Amino acid sequence: MKKLTLSAWFIVASIAYAAYLHFTGPEDVPAAKISSAMQQDSSAPALAQDVPTTQPPTVSAPPPARSAAAPKPKPSALYTNGTYTGSQADAYYGTVQVKATVQGGTLANVVFLEYPNDRGTSRRINAWAMPMLISEAIQAESANVDIVSGATYTSGAFRESLISALSQAKS
Amino acid sequence: MMGMPIAVEIADKTPAKSAIEKVFSYFSYIDEKFSTYKDTSEIMKINRGELGEMEYSEDMKTVFALSEETKKQTDGYFDIRTPSGPYDPSGLVKGWAIYNASKMLLADGFKNFYIDAGGDIQVYGLNAEGRAWSVGIRNPFNQKEIVKVLSVRDEGVATSGTYVRGQHIYNPKNAKMSIREVVSMTVVGRNIYEADRFATAAFAMGEAGIAYIEKLSGFEGYLIHANGMATMTSGFKKYIRTDA
Repeated sequence: MKKLTLSAWFIVASIAYAAYLHFTGPEDVPAAKISSAMQQDSSAPALAQDVPTTQPPTVSAPPPARSAAAPKPKPSALYTNGTYTGSQADAYYGTVQVKATVQGGTLANVVFLEYPNDRGTSRRINAWAMPMLISEAIQAESANVDIVSGATYTSGAFRESLISALSQAKS
Repeated sequence: MMGMPIAVEIADKTPAKSAIEKVFSYFSYIDEKFSTYKDTSEIMKINRGELGEMEYSEDMKTVFALSEETKKQTDGYFDIRTPSGPYDPSGLVKGWAIYNASKMLLADGFKNFYIDAGGDIQVYGLNAEGRAWSVGIRNPFNQKEIVKVLSVRDEGVATSGTYVRGQHIYNPKNAKMSIREVVSMTVVGRNIYEADRFATAAFAMGEAGIAYIEKLSGFEGYLIHANGMATMTSGFKKYIRTDA
């Protein structure tokens, strides 16, 4: 009985792993997706949903990128419509550069022009281990703890590049 | 110690001042010997070629031997030699030093305490309220937030990640590739020495690191990806604090 269960489990695991490989690829990591999209056409905006920032990313249907042609800015608009390229910011692990699109006087979209490349990562994921791992989105929980364990990842480079783009857009 | 803040809390009712002083003085000793931030440290002398292997101190020899053993056990993913050549054993020394310090406190009769050096923690017994020590995993994207609360007992919790100061963990297999798809790797294990060295190795493996921890008996892990998703090992749930 044990042998049957074991082989059944192995078959299920193999199928699950094959399905995993089929539905994903060597560049399944979201960051890699963004950089490969960038290589195709830098004028086509991609969504920056996977960017690690401290605020929820602005998710909107990608508007077509409009360059400099600006309609009469409303007197109350903070920014002038258009697309603006931010500075190349040092993120320690690589360089980040964004392009900001302003529409209706506000930030409508942000696109990565440069993002550290993570190709070539070891993908030795064991077929046995895969089905047992559990995924979840991280969320803020009670800060009422005795001790804190952690590293700090800074998204300062993203903010720095975006701020530099928006400073050009200031009306 | 080695550029990291240290916190020690003893919940036992017995006087602890001299014990805590002993711990800090031990960490000072570790710093003088292993810190890559101190030009006068033994490790920096070694890196400058001023000390031959025969001249290493006992503790240095121990750390090199443990590093070699860890390198073999992790198929080369743990490696104290940095891509540019110099040694940086901090990925092992931290946990090892904290563990040694905790053994000092145990030897002095203390049963309820924790030692935290730069977010790597060894925990024993219960806190002052008589409950298991609670450890929060910091949100790698917002250091003011906690994203997971753990309840641990006589265990070590180590988190490897991309530090603000700069990339300090490399993939020894591909030095040009920086480890960014994973921003935080937390390992819980029987003691902080073990948890720290395996967290360091697992982080160097990228996303495959969590599968490595899954296979490692006696350890559980929580990996946070650059996109804000997390993956945990199948047994990690047992450490999650269930009451409020």
